[in-house]
Amino acid sequence: MIVLLQVDNLVVNYGVINAVKGVSFKINQGEIVSLIGANGAGKTTILKTISGLLKPQSGKIIYQNKEIQSQKAPKVVAEGISQVPEGRHVFSGLSVMENLQMGSFLERDRNQIKQRFAEVFDRFPILKQRKHQDAATLSGGEQQMLAMGRALMANPKLILLDEPSMGLAPIFINEIFDIIKEINQQGTTVLLIEQNAKKALSIADRGYVLATGSVQMSGTGEELLANREVQKAYLGG
Amino acid sequence: MDTLFQQIINGLSLGSIYALLALGYTMVYGIIKLINFAHGDIYMLGAFWGYYVINTWHFNFISALLSAMVVGAASGVIIEYFAYRPLRHSPRITALITAIGVSFFLENGMSYLFSSNTRDFPQIIKQVNYHIGGVLISNIQVLILVTACALMVLLQLIIKKTKMGRAMRAVSVDADAAELVGININWTISFTFALGSALAGAAGVLIGLYYNSIDPLMGMTPGIKAFVAAVLGGIGSVPGASVGGFLIGILETFVQSIGLSAYKDAVVYFVLIVILLILPAGIFGKNVKEKV
Ligand SMILES: Nc1ncnc2c1ncn2[C@@H]1O[C@H](COP(=O)(O)OP(=O)(O)OP(=O)(O)O)[C@@H](O)[C@H]1O
Ligand SMILES: [Mg+2]
Repeated sequence: MIVLLQVDNLVVNYGVINAVKGVSFKINQGEIVSLIGANGAGKTTILKTISGLLKPQSGKIIYQNKEIQSQKAPKVVAEGISQVPEGRHVFSGLSVMENLQMGSFLERDRNQIKQRFAEVFDRFPILKQRKHQDAATLSGGEQQMLAMGRALMANPKLILLDEPSMGLAPIFINEIFDIIKEINQQGTTVLLIEQNAKKALSIADRGYVLATGSVQMSGTGEELLANREVQKAYLGG
Repeated sequence: MDTLFQQIINGLSLGSIYALLALGYTMVYGIIKLINFAHGDIYMLGAFWGYYVINTWHFNFISALLSAMVVGAASGVIIEYFAYRPLRHSPRITALITAIGVSFFLENGMSYLFSSNTRDFPQIIKQVNYHIGGVLISNIQVLILVTACALMVLLQLIIKKTKMGRAMRAVSVDADAAELVGININWTISFTFALGSALAGAAGVLIGLYYNSIDPLMGMTPGIKAFVAAVLGGIGSVPGASVGGFLIGILETFVQSIGLSAYKDAVVYFVLIVILLILPAGIFGKNVKEKV
């Protein structure tokens, strides 16, 4: 198996607050890997550090055999890692179309961009219907689709999803998880962060359980789902 | 009736200059939430540059205008790089006070280097007055209006239709998300300063033609009025800045025409107070709701 991303002993601080305390994990090419953990466990912090928005105190992030922990966010995107941030963060005031265009900001080839538009509209038909609408006026579920579509416009090798099901109705959640599986089947490696541990572990090849800044447990999705401690802490008994 | 039209014409000419300046305030505020108090001084630099190149190198109007825009853009980018960028993550008040410092530096630096005398701006275009009905309109006024409007349309096209324009808007609404799609924030901020400051440089040359006189402190009052115009239009809103500029220009000429010249500045500040009290978001301002 080819390791796509390896996180090694990552330590991240906010001032004096030590949010991530020596986390290690890896993602193989083609996998869906899930990070689960309670509020404040440090999940978002880890994603932001991989994306280059935060600088780690120490530790390494190795992507395709290259250390990227000191690279800035635009460089990391250019390398093929796209993040769908927690809370969507679509560009309000920009239309759906423009939001998607921003996603392929670094792509120069117009034909490539055209093709990605076709793919994204194919996957999210609702975005095509709403393409001239201000992104701020979309519903939460539509915004989540737009945020995912925007990330896909960069044609990433690895997509980082931070709580894509947050605040969505069950029917939307199922749809989002189906889409994540499809994206993965078409060759994109996925790192999925979720509060909805049951759903996340059921589609994940492997998972890591995070608590207060450290990895507590790891295993395949099935192993973790069957684990008593995980069930007690994250699956409601 | 004729005097009304006359005042509107005069107000629009003056207002178009405020509008050009207000656009710079509003764009910079939109992207880094800084009120760039040195903005009026870039307009002064543009006017001095125009004065210099017309007198010594015999530039014509177009080349004086375009080169003043380049000089304005360069000054804006340099000021941002040295004065504001190091303070990007400092409290806002620090950057604001720095902006006031930069303004003093430019005003006093120019006074020191070139003396604080008022000088006559070379009249490269001979003034011709047209009488239309009972209204007097000069070719300079037409030129100012046409130039200012053309620049505003150009700006709007850049913001709405180009990749850098989209990047500017994206950084304004969400800098982190913008970085996550690969936008270089520093470069986008420099670009914004360049655009806004180019318009200020152009406004400097236009005001030189209109009022004939320039001096190192000429940016202070128009700078503040343009700031009021930006607030009136809704700070951060590009169409708002244009509309606000025209409104302030018209207001000022009206106050003058009813014989209250001495109070024309006071009236503008009064408008600021009124907007802040009853319409704090301005005409085009969004009621900013915190996202959850
Ligand atoms: N900007 C910040 N400044 C200071 N502390 C922060 C900051 N952002 C996060 N933290 C702290 O770091 C810790 C980890 O936060 P993080 O957002 O990574 O958690 P999380 O696992 O994503 O939680 P959630 O599931 O609620 O999104 C928390 O204790 C949080 O309070
Ligand atoms: Mg989080």
